[in-house]
Amino acid sequence: MADVSELYQQLIVDHSRRPRNYRELRDADLQAEGYNPLCGDRVTLYVKMDGDVIREVAFQGAGCAISTASASLLTEALKGKTKPEAEAVFEAFHKLVTGLSGDGGAVASQLGKLAVFKGVCDYPTRVKCATLVWHTLRSALKGGHERVSTE
Amino acid sequence: MSTTSAEPAGTAAQPAPSRYDVGRIREDFPALHQKVHGKPLVYLDNSATTQKPRAVIDAIGDYYSRDNANIHRGVHLLSERATKAHEDSRGIVRRFLYAAEDREIVFVRGTTEAINLVAHSYGRGHVGAGDEIVVTHMEHHSNIVPWQLLCEEKGARLRVAPINDRGELIFEEFEKLLTERTRIVAATHVSNALGTINPVKRIVEAAHKRGIPVLIDGAQAVAHVKVNVQALDCDFYAFSGHKVYGPTGIGVLYGKARLLEAMPPYQGGGDMIRSVSFEKTTYNDLPHKFEAGTPDIAGAIGLGAALEYLSEAGLDRAAAHEHELLDYATQAVGEIPGVRLIGTAREKASVLSFLIDGVHPHDAGTILDRQGIAVRAGHVCAQPVMERYGVAAITRASLAMYNTREEVDVLVKGILKVKEMLG
Repeated sequence: MADVSELYQQLIVDHSRRPRNYRELRDADLQAEGYNPLCGDRVTLYVKMDGDVIREVAFQGAGCAISTASASLLTEALKGKTKPEAEAVFEAFHKLVTGLSGDGGAVASQLGKLAVFKGVCDYPTRVKCATLVWHTLRSALKGGHERVSTE
Repeated sequence: MSTTSAEPAGTAAQPAPSRYDVGRIREDFPALHQKVHGKPLVYLDNSATTQKPRAVIDAIGDYYSRDNANIHRGVHLLSERATKAHEDSRGIVRRFLYAAEDREIVFVRGTTEAINLVAHSYGRGHVGAGDEIVVTHMEHHSNIVPWQLLCEEKGARLRVAPINDRGELIFEEFEKLLTERTRIVAATHVSNALGTINPVKRIVEAAHKRGIPVLIDGAQAVAHVKVNVQALDCDFYAFSGHKVYGPTGIGVLYGKARLLEAMPPYQGGGDMIRSVSFEKTTYNDLPHKFEAGTPDIAGAIGLGAALEYLSEAGLDRAAAHEHELLDYATQAVGEIPGVRLIGTAREKASVLSFLIDGVHPHDAGTILDRQGIAVRAGHVCAQPVMERYGVAAITRASLAMYNTREEVDVLVKGILKVKEMLG
């Protein structure tokens, strides 16, 4: 049985307390909203593109430590990535938190800091917390302005 | 009887009330005796659903092992036994609620269905365009949405009686909402989010003074407060079996016979008819008019067993135990620095909702769960209450007849651990 501190690693706690890139991007090219009706977590994601490259990502919202840290670390991880690269990170992240990444080695190296969320796979009820912002990203990159819901 | 008793003659006729033995009660609930995540289970999510005593589990098992048959129609012995057990349970519910007649007890799936039944069957016939329905700000979604649907359909208006910062109904404001346009008042007996016990008798009196019928949502009340529907004089009273130590899928709508008689059926089907032809169907008598289709027979029997169990243990004694425990928990949790209690009404039952500074309730819920403590984290199906307090979610511990001081101590330690990790 995993200890709960495996979930709330220092990096996650730090990003939940002091989320990075927590602001509105007024000149965002892409924007989407995510909502988890079960817990009330909300996130608005702003993306500024430079051609096909993500130049800046920022977010606002209110949520638990997992969802806030996930959003914060996402904004750091995706800066400078192309859309297909971002999509690949999404896939890897999703595998990691749903426990489909095997021992996680290959995926972890692809994810860098985001590998800190590996512990989430032991908490099935918290997977949506970690993935809310990622689903929101996918919606934003598709140019959708509609609200993403986890339900 | 012992002949060497030192008791003076004359006192034996009035035995002292036996002490409430929570350890003995706990033995009756098999689910309490397990470890979760390697820790002894501390079950404090009783407002969501209570655990079941062996008597309930056995009653359901015995029914399916011995008496299983459809009711109200078979001439064979098993059907007779099943029918009798089902109808005996109705009698138990009637006595539990102090209702006048068995036919005033309608079995439904739960509180939600009971309220929907009244909204449809009574509401549609009595609420029109421009009319008003009054609820309170502390209602569960199930006592809001059925009325909203009715209002939308009819062009009526939902009025909401406000609550103060402690989570108590502001009675004068509630009274002001009662007008000649008010067609029904729907109020909770005990708030699932705040634990507030509403002054339901005063609510009924105020509404009746103006000729307005009242529905009371008793989902959170019946396990903790003695209910006497005749003394209360409410027109409808709804509750769920699973929140009072009974099974899920069964609940009760009490309604005054005079009102139920005049209401059209809610659903059509078998058992609710007297005769059917393609030209004209006549409906069955109360309560069967509102019980279309084969009901949850085992559920009704399980509910009967639950209410008998609670009555034997003594609802008053269980309530006194819980009250003492709630006071203890309120003080212990309230003293933790950085913890804010949500819902501090002077009259409360069972519920202790709180927030920990800088910690989202879901994170608190996860960390508590890993220490064996089951609480609810979220909006607890009362989003208007959350909005009233300016929060998205709360952590809620809720007590039942089998909880102990030691468990409250574990909760306090658990909250300290949450603070240590995230606070």
